[in-house]
Amino acid sequence: MRALSYCDALREAQAQEMDRDPAVFVYGIGCPTRDKVFGSLAGLVERFGPDRCMDTPISEEAMTGFGFGAALGGLRPIHVHIRVDFLILAMNQLVNMISTYAYSTLGRGRVPLTIRGVVGRGWGQGYQHSKSLHSLFAHIPGLKVVAPTRARDAKGLLTAAIRDDNPVIVIEHRWLYWAEDDVPEEPYETPIGPGAVLRAGSDLTVVATSWMGVEALRAAEILQRVGVNIEVVDPRTLAPFDDTVAVASVRKTRHCLVADNDWIACGFGAEVAARVAEKCFSVLRSPVRRLGWAPTPCPTVRCLEDEFYPNAATIVRAVERALELPPTDLSGEDFYSHERHFRGPF
Amino acid sequence: MSAPAVPVSRAAYSSEELSLDLYRRLYLIRAAERRIIEHYGEDEMRTPMHMSVGQEAVSVGLCSALAPEDQVYGSYRSHALFLAKTNDPERFFGELYGRVNGTARGKAGSMHLAAPDAGLLCASAVVGSTIPAAVGTAFANQRLRNGKRCAVLFGDGALEEGGFWESLNAACAMRIPVVFVCEDNGYAVHTPKTVRHGFDRILDVVAQFRCGVFSTEGSTDVEVIRRSVAAALQCSAGGSIPAFVHVLTHRYLDHIGIEADRDIRSVGEDRRWRVHDPLVLQRSRLTLSGYEAADLQAEERQIEERIEAALWRARAAPAPGPEELLAGVFHEAAA
Repeated sequence: MRALSYCDALREAQAQEMDRDPAVFVYGIGCPTRDKVFGSLAGLVERFGPDRCMDTPISEEAMTGFGFGAALGGLRPIHVHIRVDFLILAMNQLVNMISTYAYSTLGRGRVPLTIRGVVGRGWGQGYQHSKSLHSLFAHIPGLKVVAPTRARDAKGLLTAAIRDDNPVIVIEHRWLYWAEDDVPEEPYETPIGPGAVLRAGSDLTVVATSWMGVEALRAAEILQRVGVNIEVVDPRTLAPFDDTVAVASVRKTRHCLVADNDWIACGFGAEVAARVAEKCFSVLRSPVRRLGWAPTPCPTVRCLEDEFYPNAATIVRAVERALELPPTDLSGEDFYSHERHFRGPF
Repeated sequence: MSAPAVPVSRAAYSSEELSLDLYRRLYLIRAAERRIIEHYGEDEMRTPMHMSVGQEAVSVGLCSALAPEDQVYGSYRSHALFLAKTNDPERFFGELYGRVNGTARGKAGSMHLAAPDAGLLCASAVVGSTIPAAVGTAFANQRLRNGKRCAVLFGDGALEEGGFWESLNAACAMRIPVVFVCEDNGYAVHTPKTVRHGFDRILDVVAQFRCGVFSTEGSTDVEVIRRSVAAALQCSAGGSIPAFVHVLTHRYLDHIGIEADRDIRSVGEDRRWRVHDPLVLQRSRLTLSGYEAADLQAEERQIEERIEAALWRARAAPAPGPEELLAGVFHEAAA
């Protein structure tokens, strides 16, 4: 095994699939140009040419429909968006056209379309460059939604998405691009479906999506020092949601906190909480709690943005409430700050 | 809108066999929709019908210019397109009745008639939504060099959708040989295009793009439409550019349902169009070229019998069972 960043894991998955299958191509606004979508497409245009790493007009609806039609025509497109927010312009294609196609053809139709969307945060992203929207996509039957937290899952799930004969939306948090872990060199699929235990524990389960997985692991380190051992579950696939791993974990720990990298109301976190409540009711020792973004548009200024997002400290406090523990002293703790990686401008 | 002023001319003649084939296809559609009108009141076909009566020549001309393996996308007004591309009234009526022999076992209904196996890839109830998909499929054909061609049929209402302009621009910028066919019946539901369009002639606007532009000059003659689409297909494939075909046509019935909508236009306008009814034109052409009335009546009777059989097979077929509800949300590999 070797350490690889999340960004390089995404790049490697695409390069390997483009190598393996000439029907695979990447397209989107600016894809082959200088920044290569934060490096996640580095080397692809040089290696596969501009026909397989294509730039497009700024026409999200048409270019999403284009991917749909290209998929029906026998190709395997990967459509890349540097911000998930832009997918709002493509909702007609996603929700009216793409998600319904298999059903309208009695399951015979294939739409092997992968859509990558990057979630922005920090340095003034503000309310139109920071959304995740995975709950919105996950609500629609016929769409698959994955949101890997670890680099190895990013490679495996993106590979699985590209090989899948259905539309798959891959939610990639920008801050995860720097995260490294052991990533196998050979191509492999992480199955679209089951979640993963990121950290084993016994006292409480945190089901955390996307970036919140990193915050939950940090919270686990802090709590470990005061003798509390939490388990962190990454659902990985948000739709169709397979709750097996989360439910098994809560049956063991008997406490559940859901930390979703999205708004709370009507969100994916609510789906997890409902499933856990339905399936673990008799063993739960505290109510299932939810964490997520403040119910506001995301503010641009840093001091308000810090209030908008939950973090490891918020998770620690929620765990203490559930377990009826006194507050841990967090004054000496080191919390994540993106300035270590990134100084702007955007 | 002025009435078309293109008479049947000798110059429009192609081979007699083709002319007869085109008439058969026109007749199939007109007769099938006549049966819908007869039976709709029974309330067994519970799907919103956007009828093609009067517009048949557009779909027939288009599909006749396409090869069977070529692909086409449609709108919610796709009865004519479905029958022209598939020649399959059984799956058609099965779908309208919501029975297991329908093209989607009733899950799709009148507004989403499709038959991917016959090249009708998708139809949408949301105006203009299939246009970008056609660009993508044409791109796939180009990339795979499979020789297939892809067209999309949409109404004049779609010209007001952003997706149309995005698709036109993208196809021109990316040099994708897709054929856009606008069947312009002048009305979006009951609103005339003069109220809706900020331009006078769509052809003048589209001509500013890097694509081929074709017009049927207001003709309702299926052979004129066929030749226009064929020229567009040739230009598009030959030059690796998109082509746009504008076809003026007339909707005899209301936007939805089986009633006439005379209240939105004058009797005179309606009558002027009906003089150039596409079936009447094609039938006269056949008569002029020597077909006996008795032979044409025999052809028509045969088609009526096919439709009658398809209609009754659909009515006799079972409705889908409850197990069908959850099936096929995602692609299911063939067992």
